[in-house]
Amino acid sequence: MKTFNIGGVHPHDSKLNADAPVKELPVPQQVCVMVSQHLGAPSQPIVKKGDKVKVGTVLTSNEAFLGAVVHSPVSGTVNKIADVVDASNYPKPAIFIDVEGDEWEDDIDRTPDIKREITLDAQEIIQRVKEKGIVGMGGACFPTHVKLMPPKDAKAEFLLLNGVECEPYLTCDYRLMLDHAEEIMIGATILMKALDVKQAIVGIEANKPKAIEHMSEIAKKYPGVSVQALKMKYPQGAEKQLIKALTGRAVPSGKLPINVGCVVDNVATCYAVYQAVQKNMPLIQRMVTVTGPCVSEPTNFLARLGSPVSAFLDAVGGVPENTGKVISGGPMMGKAIMNTEVSSVKGMSGILVLPEESAHRLPLYPCIRCGKCVEACPMGLEPYLIASTTMAKAFEQTEKAKVMDCIECGCCQFTCPANRPLLDCLKLGKATVGKIIRARNAK
Amino acid sequence: MNDSTTLIYAIVLLAALGLVLALILYLVAQKFKVEEDPRIDQVADALPGANCGACGKAGCRDMAVQIVKDPAYTGCPVCNEENVARIAEILGRVPEKKDPMIAVLRCKGGKINTEGKVRFEGLPSCSYANSVLTTESGCPFGCIGFGDCTAVCAFDALHINPLTGLPETDPDKCTACGACTKACPRGILEIRKRRDEEGRVYVGCMNKQKGVYSAKVCKVSCIGCGKCVKTCPQNAITLENNLAYVNDALCISCQACVEACPTHAMTIMPLDKKKAPAAPEATAQTI
Repeated sequence: MKTFNIGGVHPHDSKLNADAPVKELPVPQQVCVMVSQHLGAPSQPIVKKGDKVKVGTVLTSNEAFLGAVVHSPVSGTVNKIADVVDASNYPKPAIFIDVEGDEWEDDIDRTPDIKREITLDAQEIIQRVKEKGIVGMGGACFPTHVKLMPPKDAKAEFLLLNGVECEPYLTCDYRLMLDHAEEIMIGATILMKALDVKQAIVGIEANKPKAIEHMSEIAKKYPGVSVQALKMKYPQGAEKQLIKALTGRAVPSGKLPINVGCVVDNVATCYAVYQAVQKNMPLIQRMVTVTGPCVSEPTNFLARLGSPVSAFLDAVGGVPENTGKVISGGPMMGKAIMNTEVSSVKGMSGILVLPEESAHRLPLYPCIRCGKCVEACPMGLEPYLIASTTMAKAFEQTEKAKVMDCIECGCCQFTCPANRPLLDCLKLGKATVGKIIRARNAK
Repeated sequence: MNDSTTLIYAIVLLAALGLVLALILYLVAQKFKVEEDPRIDQVADALPGANCGACGKAGCRDMAVQIVKDPAYTGCPVCNEENVARIAEILGRVPEKKDPMIAVLRCKGGKINTEGKVRFEGLPSCSYANSVLTTESGCPFGCIGFGDCTAVCAFDALHINPLTGLPETDPDKCTACGACTKACPRGILEIRKRRDEEGRVYVGCMNKQKGVYSAKVCKVSCIGCGKCVKTCPQNAITLENNLAYVNDALCISCQACVEACPTHAMTIMPLDKKKAPAAPEATAQTI
């Protein structure tokens, strides 16, 4: 079975209650929609207090190339536009909407029928994807239309669909592949048309045999789309690792996937593209896994964006008593959230509740130079070296050690027997060196 | 040839060789002599010698070269009066008058005045913590307290007070070099006039949020009420983005604002310079 060649770790996959059916999260009384939910230039709100909105009404504008707009996930009245704290407690602008009824914009097709015929041409598809605010749903929130417009000197050969879901606990992509395989395949065909590529490969890890079987079955009907089972290894869902695993190509340092002829999209993004192009549906809801070892019934919810985290937790029977930490995303790359009133965003794939005993860092010991972090690093870096040069503020050395190639997957810290805060140092080093490089380029 | 003549030959030969080489060295030294102003060494001696880099030069000697060369040069930012007087004497210039400065921390949150709502267990570095969370209490502008500033202080003048969790400046050691202001990822430290006699007045808060939000995270935050602006006889206080700022050049340390501030964000240091709170006026209605 295929996989990527260097590094990687094997955390326990902990996919709890993955076969339970998806529930729909009730629409809350009030939603709080973050104005910027993507990577890139910030958006500006175009509605004002008192405006009536329907589901699918555009709320923000963004003229930048690397930008994505946000649509109203509910119908109702704009209560206020104010700063609200995000997951790390920094105030960010948000639009509060009081929910009244559930009225949708007229052009959205809400029928469950699957629409197979693709009528739009490549340019129209890209325009539609941009208009409907589609971003990468794996967590990074990179605007999808940008991926569909490769630079002139590069040509896409493969469309790779990421159904790996290598993060432990998360099951939302798995559910999506079982429930909406057909739509994902049509989404893939749409993306292939937009990119003018002939081949699409869906990568799925071996711990999801049902999904592999089901997707392979459906894929037979779609020319050019194939499903590839992959050996279980974290971080296979990272772009560069997935490219290596599926095509055998290595993305050179400092280059983009398109430089080796690949475009990678998450299966959830693919589904969102289908919804946008075939059904005219903007990105207003997503699948969110609510899980954790103490959660009585881990469930996947289909939830409107802007629902507070607390609503999800209430829906699974409240916060378990011995909760130590709530994480947005998976346990490897997710981020602890500081209060449960923060609202869900396009990139929030899961809410993981960890009990007190596994929520804390383990005692710190000195580095014994065992080199396990070097072995585990999927980018072939030397995390211990980057960490020590960062701590010594020797940033020229940090830069030479290729810190900018770090994908912040956390394999080094996961594998470290001395519990060194390697990832923290790497992130700090990457941020600082990034600043230094930008200052140098600006000169 | 007997032993003694061998000995004499050797001595004479070596002596001659030594003389010739010494002559060559002397001539080369004369030819390539570098004329250096002897005052540079003297000035370098008179400088603090910490090589702190606050002036932007490679070190104290580099600074001395600059001072001697350029009469208009304003000089070392960390020199105290004594240093300045000595340099002026060496160079025969009039000693430059400058107000003594000190680093102040514009945050009074810490462990006492804020309530920790989460616990941060990651790398104890302010610049890292700044990228992943606000503070444990939730203030996005306040001091994180891991001491990036204390680590860069070349004069051992900044220390984290374990009681408050905030860095404190040692007024005897601080030279106002400004290294800490650059190290702080949130720019909370500021170099202000020392005013040891009358007390330095500043706003001990950096929170630019509206009062309702800042008051939620900290007991002593500036809520932007503007009382200080109205009280100030010098018009030295401005209010921008819900945050007051005392203009150091205009302040006369009258302390009217310190008394007016409802949240005690307005600060006077050293603390013993604070006027005793006015005794409550006796009223006629005592029964």
